[in-house]
Amino acid sequence: MAAVAVTESGQYRQGGTKYEIVQASREFHTLRRRFLRITIPVAVLFLGWYFLYVAVAAFAPGFMRIKVIGDVNIGLCFGAMQFVSTFGITLFYARWARRNIDPVAERLRNRAELRNRAEKGGRG
Amino acid sequence: MIRAAAAGAATSVQGVGKPIVNIAIFAFFVTVTLVIAIRVAGKNKTTADYYAGGRVFSGRQNGIAIGGDYLSAASFLGIAGTIALYGYDGFLYSIGFLVAWLVVLLLVAEPLRNTGRYTMADVLHLRLRAKPVRAAAALSTLTVSLFYLLAQMAAAGALVNLLLGVKSTLGQDLTITVVGVLMIFYVLVGGMRGTTWVQIVKATILLLGAAVMTAWVLTEAGFNLSSLLHHAAAASPAGNAVLGPGLKYGASTTSKLDFISLSLALVLGTAGLPHVLMRLYTVPDAKQARRSVIWTVWVVGLFYIFTLVLGYGAMWLVGAQRIEAAPGTADSAVPLLAFHLGGTLLLGSVAAVAFATILAVVAGLTITASASFAHDVYAGVLRPGDVEPRDEIRVARITAVVIGLLAVAGGIMAKNINVAFLVALAFAVAASANLPSILYSLYWPRFTARGAQWSIYGGLISSVTLIIFSPVVSGQINPATGASLSMISDPHINFAFFPLDNPGIVSIPLSFFLGWLGSVTDRRTSESARFARVQVAALTGISAERTGQVPT
Repeated sequence: MAAVAVTESGQYRQGGTKYEIVQASREFHTLRRRFLRITIPVAVLFLGWYFLYVAVAAFAPGFMRIKVIGDVNIGLCFGAMQFVSTFGITLFYARWARRNIDPVAERLRNRAELRNRAEKGGRG
Repeated sequence: MIRAAAAGAATSVQGVGKPIVNIAIFAFFVTVTLVIAIRVAGKNKTTADYYAGGRVFSGRQNGIAIGGDYLSAASFLGIAGTIALYGYDGFLYSIGFLVAWLVVLLLVAEPLRNTGRYTMADVLHLRLRAKPVRAAAALSTLTVSLFYLLAQMAAAGALVNLLLGVKSTLGQDLTITVVGVLMIFYVLVGGMRGTTWVQIVKATILLLGAAVMTAWVLTEAGFNLSSLLHHAAAASPAGNAVLGPGLKYGASTTSKLDFISLSLALVLGTAGLPHVLMRLYTVPDAKQARRSVIWTVWVVGLFYIFTLVLGYGAMWLVGAQRIEAAPGTADSAVPLLAFHLGGTLLLGSVAAVAFATILAVVAGLTITASASFAHDVYAGVLRPGDVEPRDEIRVARITAVVIGLLAVAGGIMAKNINVAFLVALAFAVAASANLPSILYSLYWPRFTARGAQWSIYGGLISSVTLIIFSPVVSGQINPATGASLSMISDPHINFAFFPLDNPGIVSIPLSFFLGWLGSVTDRRTSESARFARVQVAALTGISAERTGQVPT
């Protein structure tokens, strides 16, 4: 890599851009797959869960009125569960990203910076 | 008038609260925040200083500030008021506003922070390098911001009527002007740094105020949620119906569909709100952007739990009849509850918080709109490549003044018109015109400039057109009184051929579809190097804008 010069815009004169080189790396593949494998299904899940709630509220209000404890009914519990799931997903994602995304992203970033510096040095 | 409405409660001729107390508390807030804005302003020399507060805020600070931006007067007074009048349906509404943050957290916040500098159009530009796309994104940003701004300014007119007892047209116009001038001052002097601190102060007192009132209501109910609900339902003319869904949105299949359309716009709109997205650039890196959103989830979630208690509390302790009779109807529920609980002083505090809310939100919107014009339209489209940062900031400042004046004029004109739908419309436009192209830019390799234009213009035009031909603008008539419930007050004018109040259910899928169609039928295919640039930067933060870095 060190033999390839870098232009102002970050384009490598030969081969792909520096981003394409990172994109093609095995580590980036792992990172991308990991990220999308969690975020997309979780997004589908919470959107589905939310629209289930909205649909039940709109089309089955009688079900929502069934009392659970005192005057607290299913609707209120269902709504409270939306809060719980939102808080839960937030906590889960924060922890998961800190453990599984941040270290890999940082490694890739540091490596790219090192390579950048080496190549700038080589050019001068 | 609030005074007239509550004359029964307070036997004095003065009625509820003393405007002088409300004004004094508000003046105190304004003074404190002005001092803060001036002290933290710094030099605002670079565009990163002016637009992004130098990117020095921590995730926690920024998260609280985003909460401040998000919890507008519509949330603070509107949701609790809706619960007080319609019960459960108001709660349903607040959940959409909360769940929406997961879209921001999981799909948008970090990649956006890693690939842009100040605005959403930056990301589209990095991906597609096309001036027409930048112009389209700037147009939709400006549209959303101006709709939102107009709604806030009109609310200021209504609030002053409600809280300060200012009944004269001149007095209301003067208040709107004062709000506008203050907002221009915050933005010009403080830039993003000053505006952010104003938001942090505001969000903190808003949460504290709501917490105190919530605790108070719960004390009255013996810390028993079931008994609070029981009392509330007993006090309401609708009885037990307020404990379940359907009072506001459940009348017919059309109104149910309308509610689903609204839910769609709420849950997808937040991730496309320009003034929220711009805040993600005030932190040093993507990790802090993530922390920001996590803090926002806590702030917003906690606040909506408070509003549930406050709403049912107002239903119980104030009663629907008095709320309905007060000016601003639903919006008066929380102020009336405050007066019931803590008298003049608490009402004054709530009034001051409500004003502070409007002031802070309009300042945030103004800086967003001015940044979009100066950075995207002026520096990006009109004079690409030859604008000095100093010039760009100068243009942003001039734009802020112009927008401020426009908002004052619009607010004065709109103050007697029912413009509450503008906030929901802003969410619908944000979800239709902004979100699809953000998601496609970040995640879809085949997205092209043509797809982006189709999606943005398609979403923008369809949502605005459907609103114009919807019952919120014309043809909605109160069956009891025969008066118009629409924006156009003449009940004989009716061009509402679209049955729903909210266009989201049509315009959001349409915009996603157009983005796809425009891209796959584009003869100029997407450049894989550009997608690599965006995807690698989005996930790793390589080449992301850093703290204090002077943009090149």
